[in-house]
Amino acid sequence: MASPPHLSAAKDAKVLMVGAGGIGCELLKTLALSGFKDIHIIDMDTIEVSNLNRQFLFRQKHVGQSKAKVARDAILRFRPNISITPYHANVKDPEFNVDFFKQFNVVLNGLDNLDARRHVNRLCLAADVPLVESGTTGFLGQVTIHLKGKTECYECQPKPAPKSYPVCTITSTPSKFVHCIVWAKDLLFAKLFGDKAQDNDLNVRSGNASTSDHTEDVFERRTDEDIEDYGRRIYDHVFGYNIEVALSNEETWKNRNMPRPIYSKDVLPVRPTRQNGNMDRGSATENPSSVSAMASLGMKNPQEIWSLMENSKIFLEALKLFFGKREKDIGNLSFDKDDQLAVEFVTSAANIRASSFGIPLHSLFESKGIAGNIVHAVATTNAIIAGLIVIEAIKVLQKDAKSYRMTYCLEHPSKKMLLMPVEPYEPNKSCYVCSETPLSLEINTHRSTLRDFVDKIVKAKLGMNLPLIMHGSALLYEVGDDLEEDMVANYAANLEKVLSELPSPVTSGTLLTVEDLQQELTCNINIKHREEFDEEKEPDGMVLSGWTQAPAVEKKDENHVGNGVGTSKNMPTSAEQAETNEDVEIVPADIEIPADKKRKLAEISNSDGMGTSRVAAETNNHGKVEELDDDDDVVFICDGDSDPSKKRNLH
Amino acid sequence: MDGEELTQQETELYDRQIRVWGVDAQRRLSKANVLVCGMTGTVAEFCKNIVLAGVGSVTLVDDGVVTEEALSANFLIPPDESVYKGRTLAELCCDSLKEFNSMVRVSVEKGDISSFGGDFFSKFDVVVISSCSLATKKLINEKCRRLLRRVAFYTVDCRDSCGEIFVDLQNYKYTKKKVDEAVEFELKYPSFEEAITTPWRKLPRKTAKLYFATRVIEKFEEAEGRNPGETSILDLPGVLKKKKELCEAESLNESQIPDSLLERLVVGRREFPPVCAVIGGILGQEVIKTISGKGDPLKNFFFFDAFDGKGIIEDVSNPDAAS
Repeated sequence: MASPPHLSAAKDAKVLMVGAGGIGCELLKTLALSGFKDIHIIDMDTIEVSNLNRQFLFRQKHVGQSKAKVARDAILRFRPNISITPYHANVKDPEFNVDFFKQFNVVLNGLDNLDARRHVNRLCLAADVPLVESGTTGFLGQVTIHLKGKTECYECQPKPAPKSYPVCTITSTPSKFVHCIVWAKDLLFAKLFGDKAQDNDLNVRSGNASTSDHTEDVFERRTDEDIEDYGRRIYDHVFGYNIEVALSNEETWKNRNMPRPIYSKDVLPVRPTRQNGNMDRGSATENPSSVSAMASLGMKNPQEIWSLMENSKIFLEALKLFFGKREKDIGNLSFDKDDQLAVEFVTSAANIRASSFGIPLHSLFESKGIAGNIVHAVATTNAIIAGLIVIEAIKVLQKDAKSYRMTYCLEHPSKKMLLMPVEPYEPNKSCYVCSETPLSLEINTHRSTLRDFVDKIVKAKLGMNLPLIMHGSALLYEVGDDLEEDMVANYAANLEKVLSELPSPVTSGTLLTVEDLQQELTCNINIKHREEFDEEKEPDGMVLSGWTQAPAVEKKDENHVGNGVGTSKNMPTSAEQAETNEDVEIVPADIEIPADKKRKLAEISNSDGMGTSRVAAETNNHGKVEELDDDDDVVFICDGDSDPSKKRNLH
Repeated sequence: MDGEELTQQETELYDRQIRVWGVDAQRRLSKANVLVCGMTGTVAEFCKNIVLAGVGSVTLVDDGVVTEEALSANFLIPPDESVYKGRTLAELCCDSLKEFNSMVRVSVEKGDISSFGGDFFSKFDVVVISSCSLATKKLINEKCRRLLRRVAFYTVDCRDSCGEIFVDLQNYKYTKKKVDEAVEFELKYPSFEEAITTPWRKLPRKTAKLYFATRVIEKFEEAEGRNPGETSILDLPGVLKKKKELCEAESLNESQIPDSLLERLVVGRREFPPVCAVIGGILGQEVIKTISGKGDPLKNFFFFDAFDGKGIIEDVSNPDAAS
């Protein structure tokens, strides 16, 4: 590993980087310094101000421009003679097919979401190109290495699904602040300012409560209705009336603390007389993005926790400003964490609801983090991880197999180590991605449609992008640009049919083959009919096995509605939700394994020891778990109580 | 509490890191003054990190000129000779660093750091030196220790694919939140001289080999009157002789310092850029912790060797020394 050999390995290598963000900038810089001369880089994002604290290749003037392109230009300034090819595109685009990946000696990921990582993993397997994966969150980070047939692939150890919550928890029985945020963002905000055609669970109650006759009218502003009146009417409906209705169902509250209804007249001073009612529309030239309820009310500190009254004022003011200054946005807004007014509205709404349910209130700063799934990030961790990535990349290029390592960057030392290398594991023989294990699906073939199967299983759970579904030789469904009209119509019709009524009926005992040609991944799924499913524990109405879904951080929330709940019928796939910055997966710490435990792990994991030491994956980071629990879709397998042996595929 | 609020610009720019260490810590960072001597590739990484973090000021000391070695590991130096000709490393790095964060005051101090008086060092909260001789390390450390206010002192050096960080925070008090209460901790750091004169046989058996190897080379360079890093393959026999000498004097088994490791360090003078990134990152984190008063600081040596990939903390202090 002395300097000269690394240089010769680097100068002839063709490297693909996926991601030009926090890790990407550091990585590109270190690759360039280390003698790499041919680098390709894919990133679909543009630069934002909040990137600039760590993505040091970018400047204020670059905000809005392509990350891949600006990164390239910045590096060429100190290494003008190397070749960097930027792609301002989504790595899932069809142009990045197996042939594209085959041209590289190694692929280096600096991604921020699980979905893209799985996709790249599959392409690297198909192309048989080594993959170096990585992730960071705050002070934690890791680098892992994946070679087809020799080590685990990225999906051999299933990654936890992004956090999700049961619909009824959001609509009726919140117990944590994050539940209030999801309610405020995906229900109330969506209802008031989003696409009216979309189904919305607002006003849906668990149990037998009746729906109000006026549901359809309540959220619509009546013609010429004074904006203040409208705001108070909405306030009273969602925080007052709806709570009273929920309280009338005694069953719900048998073992729970009852919420209290809140009415605007009890919280706010008597409203000023009518003549101030109309919105001043004069400032037409005012920049919509600078419109702010906080500014309007003279509240300056986003870190402050507002009182119920202050939150209520913000709520009404924000509503007023949306209708007064941003009327044309109403009806097609989706929540954007960089939309100050939207953040103010969601914060205040969530806080009022939290107040009602006795849940502690949070500041705008905290709320924005939760609502926007913001991942905290610093430059130093990214720099460390980038260095470790290049070290692994060079080992791969030198084919120095014995020295391949997975390295974990810890916040608190374990056995005196802040950087902990671990030998990679053998491939998991039950991994459906790299080992072609058949899967089983329990599903009600008379009730679930092909669309349910495609959305919830094929795309969400299996992570396929452009799937093809076959029953024997019958093609039930496929996606593509070159399909004929009648085939497209056929597939569209198939989607709406229940499985047992498809042209080639799918019943108990059927074997379906699901493929993604771009990922070159084929899965065989055995179908087993089942009549009933538990609404709370199995809300999808289907159970996939043979592929172990690792538990989400909060044990009681397995298999539930995604954080992005719009309606129970039209669930966005959880895969689309996980847009975090460089999430971290397994972080081992405090590794004190007695010898016999090591053997046990080797047995369980099905791999007859490479004769190398194994390390359990368990973290002691309790404090961090507490914080992250509510905030992020962070894929932590980190519960101080959990048994490390459970993290293997136990077959 | 420091009273002043962060500006809107700071809040927006630092949002993601405030979510890591909090507003208070960010305020403290913005008031901190850091002195850096020896613009190596690793130090360039470190400076980039603390400038991005938003420290108050960074003062650079290095009157050296651009060499091929410097260009190979330091990404702050522009490659165009017409640009760098006639300018010192500190000046060039200063220009580049300013671009990363306009809110940080980056400046250059000319001269030999060994000649600066205590008054000079008292202006800083943190002093980081790299590529300095054994004598200089001791001297600067002592100057810092003699000051009334506490100045945090660090050395950092990378050779071949290895790196070493030394930390001296003197008497350091900090609080940590344990469940609901704030617990106070106090750490007492030995000076650089005290640390390296700890008898080797008193150190734990599995102390990092890099610790000993670095001390051998330090002593060799001192004995031969060499500048730091000025060794080549021709010096290997001399270095091995020094090792033997020291092991005998310290009653340490020679196998504790592999010859192969010494050879790598003697021959591979150049920094290895990935190691610069790792060490510069670790050091950056340590300095941020010290300035903000948040997080367990490293005590008192950190070693990294890309060969085995371990990043190890060693507490090298003399158990017999009066505390």
